Amino acid sequence: MAEIRIDAAVDITDVVCPVTFVKAKVALEELDDRQILSIRLKDGEPVQNVPRSMKEEGHQVLRLTDNGDGTFTLLVRKAE
Amino acid sequence: MAVDYKALKDGGFMRQKQKNHFSLRLKVVGGNLSAEQFAVIAEISKKYGKGYVHLTSRQGVEIPFIRLEDVEKVKAELASGGVDTGVCGPRVRTVTACQGSAVCPSGCIDTTALARAVSERYFGRTLPHKFKFGITGCANNCLKAEENDLGIKGGYLVEWIPAACTLCGVCAKACREGALEQTDTEIHLDREKCTNCGRCVKACPFDAWRGEPGYLVSFGGTFGNLIAKGRQVLPVIREEQTLFRVADAALDYFDRHAKPGERFRVALERCGWEDFMKEMEAAYRGGDSD
Ligand code: SF4
Ligand code: SF4
Ligand code: SF4
Repeated sequence: MAEIRIDAAVDITDVVCPVTFVKAKVALEELDDRQILSIRLKDGEPVQNVPRSMKEEGHQVLRLTDNGDGTFTLLVRKAE
Repeated sequence: MAVDYKALKDGGFMRQKQKNHFSLRLKVVGGNLSAEQFAVIAEISKKYGKGYVHLTSRQGVEIPFIRLEDVEKVKAELASGGVDTGVCGPRVRTVTACQGSAVCPSGCIDTTALARAVSERYFGRTLPHKFKFGITGCANNCLKAEENDLGIKGGYLVEWIPAACTLCGVCAKACREGALEQTDTEIHLDREKCTNCGRCVKACPFDAWRGEPGYLVSFGGTFGNLIAKGRQVLPVIREEQTLFRVADAALDYFDRHAKPGERFRVALERCGWEDFMKEMEAAYRGGDSD
């Protein structure tokens, strides 16, 4: 898979749904359009729901990677 | 003249413990009422009731404390305001529904439109006992389909589109049933585990899942004195036409087999499910329908 250039990162493993999504959204707001945010999130509800919520908001989800430690990394490109 | 309480009850006027007072049940379809209807209901409740309404457990609205001598006036005023009265007794009751795909992001089917169609076709039809339809838009089951005599749940028949998939990994995590497994080259779908919830379709960022809407129908649910979960005996139904053929057949079966005053579930248990399932399968296939 081609390398993706990450513009910013946020860790939402320290909060629970629905704050996970809110925290990720706030981080996205700091970015310019089409910039890429890396989101670290926990297994379970966050990884079940946050990618979909991002899609519903119109952002482009690029990839979800299992970090092997109970966390995942989600790459999202901010909507134009 | 003696008061015909039964006729009043059939027409939605529920006798109260207070002499000559009735709680009037209104007709609501799929849990929606317009603002205009609400205004009319508010007006009537102030004028003839006690200025409040009661919301029933099945999305119904009742106006308590209507006096016997006002029954006809209330009926006429409601009708001219576009509000229908409900029913009680041994017949098809209020058709309930969640908001479904027209409003809810999780919805797989248009529950509101379907509730209207179901209500138009069956509401008020006399049967051996009461009969309840409930329609829910997806596997989240906010409307609790299986507690109805006939429950309808929306779902997606899903299919993976390899060419569009980037193996991003989102769907395998979005699936709560463990039906999806991601390998280095593909997403494997275990149809045995799939509940048609549609989450993979809704979550995939690359439109690499096709979701065809369908109906999961359950029969014989009841949640009163007897509590029993409706059973799904057919595969996912794709066409609305097939759905109605099946529902027609289920109501006919109930009409033919149940004793007066016997609930659908009780009749199904007494007659045995096999016979019923055969008839449902025939209706599903489209064989000997009317
Ligand atoms: S059952 Fe599904 S479609 Fe209906 S309200 Fe709940 S989540 Fe939405
Ligand atoms: S429809 Fe639901 S249960 Fe079936 S594979 Fe998709 S997410 Fe899993
Ligand atoms: S979410 Fe879509 S693109 Fe990502 S792995 Fe699943 S099918 Fe492929």
